[in-house]
Amino acid sequence: MTLEEIKTRLQTGVPGCRVEIVVNGSPSAQNSLLIDRRDGLAAARFLRDDIQLDFCSNATAVDWPDREKTDKVKTRQVVDGVEKEIEQTVKTRIPGYLEMVYHLFSITNREVGNQEPVVLRMRTGNRTDDVTLPSLTPVWRSAEFQEREAYDLFGVEFEGHPDLRRILMWEGFTDHPMRKDYVPPPDDEREISGGQ
Amino acid sequence: MEYEQGEIMEISMGPQHPSTHGVFRMDVRLDGERVVRLKPVFGYLHRNHEKLAEAGSYLASIPYTDRLDYLCSMTNNWGYALAVEKLAGLAVPERAEYIRVIVAELTRLQNHAGMVGFLLQDMGASGTPLMYAFRERERVLDLFETLSGARMMCNYMRFGGVRVDCSEEWLNQARKLTGGFNGFLDEFEQMLTSNEILMARTQGVGVLPPELAINAGVTGPGLRASGVNYDLRKVDRYGIYDRFQFRVPLGDHGDVFDRYMMRVLELRETLKILEQALRDIPPGPIMDPKAKLRGLRPKVGEAYGRIESPKGELGFYLISDGTPNPYRYRVRPPSLINLTVLEDMCLGHNIADVVVILGSIDIVMGEVDR
Repeated sequence: MTLEEIKTRLQTGVPGCRVEIVVNGSPSAQNSLLIDRRDGLAAARFLRDDIQLDFCSNATAVDWPDREKTDKVKTRQVVDGVEKEIEQTVKTRIPGYLEMVYHLFSITNREVGNQEPVVLRMRTGNRTDDVTLPSLTPVWRSAEFQEREAYDLFGVEFEGHPDLRRILMWEGFTDHPMRKDYVPPPDDEREISGGQ
Repeated sequence: MEYEQGEIMEISMGPQHPSTHGVFRMDVRLDGERVVRLKPVFGYLHRNHEKLAEAGSYLASIPYTDRLDYLCSMTNNWGYALAVEKLAGLAVPERAEYIRVIVAELTRLQNHAGMVGFLLQDMGASGTPLMYAFRERERVLDLFETLSGARMMCNYMRFGGVRVDCSEEWLNQARKLTGGFNGFLDEFEQMLTSNEILMARTQGVGVLPPELAINAGVTGPGLRASGVNYDLRKVDRYGIYDRFQFRVPLGDHGDVFDRYMMRVLELRETLKILEQALRDIPPGPIMDPKAKLRGLRPKVGEAYGRIESPKGELGFYLISDGTPNPYRYRVRPPSLINLTVLEDMCLGHNIADVVVILGSIDIVMGEVDR
């Protein structure tokens, strides 16, 4: 089953599900399904029960800070009375977000998610105050520790997670070390014991 | 259940408890000797391996991967190399594929033998089984030392091949080891498999139903002990595993005994793979001539590569932004994810069984905490 077919089935199976395909330019060609976070839980249930993607292998977060994309755009302009084609570089600012990536396989159905994963992505609104995503732990238990890790190291808040606590860093630690803009404290100020 | 104050005892097992295989802690609540709650606590060995890898080049992470599951550095190398090869589109020459299979299966030999030894050690069979297993492990490590220069931190594989070629003499040594290993297994099994104490301690303990195992992402021998036929060497057929004749042992009950038997049976299958690989290995180059180790800059994109490591499915997820460093580097650690069901397996059992159940999962803290 191709990713397009999964997308079509997802859109019929989960009415109103906003989903698009993110193309991957590397030779691995593992494209992914970008799902709106409001439809995340319903879409995940559908993928598990109807498409039989019963095995969520990997769940992880990716931090995308604000970035600028430069595109070369050709426009026609009239210069000195002559119409010319001019190439301009246009910079667009992409606001930052956090992204959860789930790699799904199927153990029972060898038609889909067999050798290459079905990749599921969800994005938060921004990186500061709108960082909530639905937890997929109720659908795949294997996400339990991995979502805790994403919460711990990236600061993604999960709605519906049964036990959302820090997992690798100690309780009382406040920052998220895997973020791209994380600055570690100077060595002499580091308090490993977790005291205040 | 409602409990009155004083009926429940809380015990913190670890992080220095000898049965925890490193610095791992379990917050256990006991009703008498029965476990009613168990929460694993980790992070004592956390050094943010992923951040370190994102700060360095692709090549610079290979020695770090040795230190994930420090008993199986060869398979860690392979998992990472496979992901980078998917990301950059590199091919691996024939001979290098064979060498990879040989060293990976040798790794499986020493890991499974060591795991059984440790499991018996946890059960109170002090010393003897573990030392027998370590005697065999020692021979494998000697081979690794001859080949790569290091016993445990081998740093051996590269994207598109392996670092150094193996000599005919080394192959003969490996053949000799493989030929003699079945004798060790027979001796091992004679002492253990039908041992009354081992059966009493393990049968019916820590049962893991197959549906839960799949849903909780348990992989490796733990999943197959529950009867789920899922071995990436058969499913993905990565490398050249489709050329070898071997079977995937499956368990019936999903208890600790089945998980023990999975290791012993897999060892026998591993020996079959090794015999075939050592017989068929062709001469030839060991590196893809297109592979560029230093200054590797894969195209913008991402890749997820996974292999069947001795502990389970070891995956690497890489995102490239076109620079020499990976933008995102993620390890999918089988040891950590197999621990998800530890509480489910332990509930209702005695505190002494917790030690055995944990031993049967086979974890290494270097990989759990990363």
